[in-house]
Amino acid sequence: MTSRMDGDEHKPVKKVQTLGSVTVVSLTGDIDLYCSPEVRQVLSEATDRQVPVVVVDVSEVPHMDSSGVATLVEALQKVKRYKGRLVLVGMQDRVKSVFEISRLMELFEIKPRLAEVLDGGK
Amino acid sequence: MSEESKVHPITLTIVSDPKQVCVARAAAEAFAAREGFTREGVEQIGLALNEALANVIKHAYRGETDRPVVVTMDTVTLDADRCVRIRIRDFGGHVDPATIKGRDLDDVRPGGLGVHIIRTVMDRVEYCSRPEGGMDLVMLKRLHSVKGAGV
Repeated sequence: MTSRMDGDEHKPVKKVQTLGSVTVVSLTGDIDLYCSPEVRQVLSEATDRQVPVVVVDVSEVPHMDSSGVATLVEALQKVKRYKGRLVLVGMQDRVKSVFEISRLMELFEIKPRLAEVLDGGK
Repeated sequence: MSEESKVHPITLTIVSDPKQVCVARAAAEAFAAREGFTREGVEQIGLALNEALANVIKHAYRGETDRPVVVTMDTVTLDADRCVRIRIRDFGGHVDPATIKGRDLDDVRPGGLGVHIIRTVMDRVEYCSRPEGGMDLVMLKRLHSVKGAGV
């Protein structure tokens, strides 16, 4: 659980950075039906610009439900249409299990760390 | 054969606002942890409740955020196995339980995963349309369940 019950409005998008041809969208906290629309909007801004590589850093996401997964599937499909890449980095076990249940692990490019994407996988 | 337990049910009434889903999920996870579930089991019960509530909000109440949803948690013994039972009652429109099914996972598209996730992680899932309106969803997970393990 994150800090949504302490009176703060949860902002799921912590940071958006552009590093050359890579846009890194860093998420934080639970990604569920409540905050997926905001994530969707930020990812749409990147995919509408046809950013060559969209990285979604989920290392600070302890929980993601099917609406969060659907948001990422939608972004992946858009990126594939313009032959870009969408990479998920830092996936926690709990989020990974949702992707496994949904049989989506093979569909996504998943890396343990952001550095592996920025270094070209070296 | 199932047998009712002596654990007093915990009932939580929320409204169909996505903001409140995490509160109900936290309660279900705390309940499951107290009943001795492993961390993985606790997370799966929380996920199943999360998905069930999201479906109620999206489908039964079509995004209306002020409709009631009643979540009841208790335990039951099923074939000598202790189970957590979660009941979710909504008061939306009539839905034929036979039409509630997960989608084909080979058809990759955004959405439609909630029912599949619920059925994967819970041992028993029953939808029941109520004659007075709305739906009852009853989900059971055994303490020593292997459902959803190592997927």
